[in-house]
Amino acid sequence: MNTVTNNTDFLLAIENLTVSFDGFKAVNDLNLYVDENEIHVIIGPNGAGKTTVLDLICGRTKATDGSIKFRNRELTEMREHEIVREGVGRKFQNPSIYEDLTVFENLELSFPRGRSVWGALSFQRDAEVTGRVREIAEMVFLDTLLDMQAALLSHGQKQWLEIGMLLIQDPELLMLDEPVAGMSVSERKQTAKLLNEITKGRSVMVVEHDMKFVEDIAHRVTVLHQGKILSEGSMAKVQSDPKVIDVYLGH
Amino acid sequence: MFADYTWTELGSIFAMQGFAGLILFSVFVLMALGLAIIFGQMGVINMAHGEFMILGAYVTYLCSNFVEAFVPALFGVYFFFAMILAFFTAGALGALVEWSMIRHLYRRPLDTLLATWGLSLILQQAYRSIFGAREVGVTLPDWLLGSVPLTDIIEIPINGIFVMVLTLVIAVSVYFLMFRSRTGMQSRAVVQNRVMAGAVGINTEKVDRMTFALGCGIAGVAGSAFTMIGSTGPTAGQLYIVDTFLIVVFGGAASLLGTIASSFAISQAQSTMEFFLSGSMAKVLTLLTVVGILMLRPEGLFSAKIRR
Amino acid sequence: MINLKSFMARQDVLALLILAALLFVVMPMSMDIFRLNLIGKYLTYAFVAIGLVLCWGKGGILSLGQGVFFGLGGYCMAMYLKLESSTPEATAIQSTPGIPDFMDWNQITELPWFWEPFNSLTFTLVAILVVPALFAFIIGAAMFKRRVGGVYFAIITQAIAAILTILIIGQQGYTGGVNGITDLRTLKGWDIRSDDAKYVLYFLNGALLLGVLVLCQFVLKSKLGRLLVALRDKEDRVRFSGYDVANFKIFVFCFAAVLSAIGGAMFTLQVGFMSPSFVGIVPSIEMVIFCAVGGRLSIFGAVYGTLLVNWAKTTFSETFPELWLFGLGALFIAVVLVFPNGLSGLYRSYLAPHVDRWIFRKPPEGGSSGADPLDTPAFEPEPAARPAE
Repeated sequence: MNTVTNNTDFLLAIENLTVSFDGFKAVNDLNLYVDENEIHVIIGPNGAGKTTVLDLICGRTKATDGSIKFRNRELTEMREHEIVREGVGRKFQNPSIYEDLTVFENLELSFPRGRSVWGALSFQRDAEVTGRVREIAEMVFLDTLLDMQAALLSHGQKQWLEIGMLLIQDPELLMLDEPVAGMSVSERKQTAKLLNEITKGRSVMVVEHDMKFVEDIAHRVTVLHQGKILSEGSMAKVQSDPKVIDVYLGH
Repeated sequence: MFADYTWTELGSIFAMQGFAGLILFSVFVLMALGLAIIFGQMGVINMAHGEFMILGAYVTYLCSNFVEAFVPALFGVYFFFAMILAFFTAGALGALVEWSMIRHLYRRPLDTLLATWGLSLILQQAYRSIFGAREVGVTLPDWLLGSVPLTDIIEIPINGIFVMVLTLVIAVSVYFLMFRSRTGMQSRAVVQNRVMAGAVGINTEKVDRMTFALGCGIAGVAGSAFTMIGSTGPTAGQLYIVDTFLIVVFGGAASLLGTIASSFAISQAQSTMEFFLSGSMAKVLTLLTVVGILMLRPEGLFSAKIRR
Repeated sequence: MINLKSFMARQDVLALLILAALLFVVMPMSMDIFRLNLIGKYLTYAFVAIGLVLCWGKGGILSLGQGVFFGLGGYCMAMYLKLESSTPEATAIQSTPGIPDFMDWNQITELPWFWEPFNSLTFTLVAILVVPALFAFIIGAAMFKRRVGGVYFAIITQAIAAILTILIIGQQGYTGGVNGITDLRTLKGWDIRSDDAKYVLYFLNGALLLGVLVLCQFVLKSKLGRLLVALRDKEDRVRFSGYDVANFKIFVFCFAAVLSAIGGAMFTLQVGFMSPSFVGIVPSIEMVIFCAVGGRLSIFGAVYGTLLVNWAKTTFSETFPELWLFGLGALFIAVVLVFPNGLSGLYRSYLAPHVDRWIFRKPPEGGSSGADPLDTPAFEPEPAARPAE
């Protein structure tokens, strides 16, 4: 807990992070850093602890030990909504959207204003909100479907909607858990384009299995194995690492 | 409140109340075991559980009358037949209810709660129409009457001992059934991952029905045991439903050991306090304590930390 | 600064007008005061049912202890009325004159401290709103901050209803026990048992109900209303959108509690007594069925559901008392298995399109109408919100 290094130059600095579930260490003494404006992809075999790392950052799982500093502010002691308000957004593995509401309402609820009870009661749908919703909807290819009930969207569109719901919060760090899972080839291409576009001015952490997609977007890749870092660096460096080939990529 | 009693008297009071508490404990355990299987393993709230218990009690009552009238020679052992019959009657009704109602509601736990409440109203009225509104009692065979003197103040009723032994036997069998047998393993597999269990060839529908029937069947046996220590009326089941739900939640759903431990704690607390306070205040204090602890520790007494 | 059109859709205005006409014109003109008083009594349950629409229908939080709040409101009112009718002159034959009769029967010689403030009507009116809100806040804060929800919350609220009932019955001397607080006569000297008073109270009750409906409409059409639906659907998503989820649940639970308490207080005024039989498990869960029959998502449906179930209860239990429990039990099962959207669902799928066509001359809506039958979007698009054409 008493890491003295001052990592102000990183957006996110994870140090000595450990979490154990009944003795099983899902994440074990992990150090990981994310730069400003970086797309940082985490890969690794199933059960390597990738999703758990994202859960730890966004406060869904409490760390057993270690620290997570975001802009030099400790996240491990904050509650989930406080972490979000710090500027960390999280997309879940399965599209997590409000199916009973329309696309417009989904985006509107994510707009960062009126987040208290009284704020929500007095919230007004003014020009700023509608403008921003439409801007984001266009970005995630949903501008013609604003009035549609979200349950009726295709799987890929739901994934985009959730990304849009994060974008409207304008987070400094965006975490995406398998954003292209279950998408068609053309949807994947569109998503890669979308990610490259939204990374301007923010950092993105992505957990992904699709190596082709990772190659398209990654600035830096971290390979996790059994809760520890196996390898780290550029895609080319990681791909040629014999340890990585051994446990994950295969020969 | 202790000042008026001497130490020996206090000791005896605690022992006697403790024993009275043990009988309550047995009924709680039997009720809660069935409920815990259904709720803990299937996530279904069965508000009609008390009525399944009362069904067992009425079956026992009918058996006792039947045997007394037609085969008095067997009267000494009728109770064992009655229990088996109670188990199968309640279990069969349980399977029917699962088939007609519960299986449509697995994704809506709060709705099962309302639907089974409706069922409990129907069953209560059915009992009232068939057996009358008055409470009925069964005639116990001679060997179950009387009591064993322990000291000159403390006496232990034989029927109480019998109920406790019965509870022990049932609890152990349930443990083996759920945790050591193939059926139990299948049932737990369905709970953990329904789709996967189906994919590896477990007939999930059948497992659901059997689990629900088993829970109801145990409630039926509980009802049988219940007749030995209390009389049976159409609404007697409802008196216990809240207590038993609290026991299951308090023990940590899905933990049989927790269910038994919390039954013990709650029944003993209630029965000991009953002697010094009025019955209603004892119950209020017990329930308040349980609710208070649940607010501090919502996952119950026994529960594993799981990775989400 | 509320845009009226976004706040009340045409169908909602129509619903409000029809209900107002029914309550204020049709019913008073077609019924004698006995029947009207009965309707007034039913309508006090509608306050609870409306609260449940917000809490359970929209927010997915099922409370099986709404009777607790109904009772708290009712008891606050009853305590005031009881004190007013227990003047030393009126109770001169008691061994301790000036205290309520049931206290005297239970050998209590002094007014308990918590009864004292109920000598004041102002305090009483404030207490009717504040006591249940505070109580709901404590329960809500303890449970929702620790993420207790769903089935667990239902069971614990049910246990609380059981505890309060046992407590009221057990503490006869302070609460009137199982009979409750009875023999209430006047409010500031005004005889509430007279026919005139019953008319006035009926209309007051109706006006309060309509006021509550408008207030709920406002809450539901605000962002908070949409957040509730979102919470029911994907609680984690709401949390990870920067909302403190527990606060919203606490708010809606307290809000529903206050509504129930208003109903309870109006019950006491109209019926003239309050007893634990409106507090416990059975009445609490029956109030849920009023809401479910109306359609758990519609505040107007909740009013009609309450009226329908209670009317059926009165009619059936007068003629076939044994059949009523069968009927009620079957109703619970049917409303869950066959009509999860209740009356409002039936209205929406069979009548609403015709109403739109005939009254508003609007073509039937396409698009989202074939969607999830459990909820039609509460979204009334403003012109500005529509995609550019």
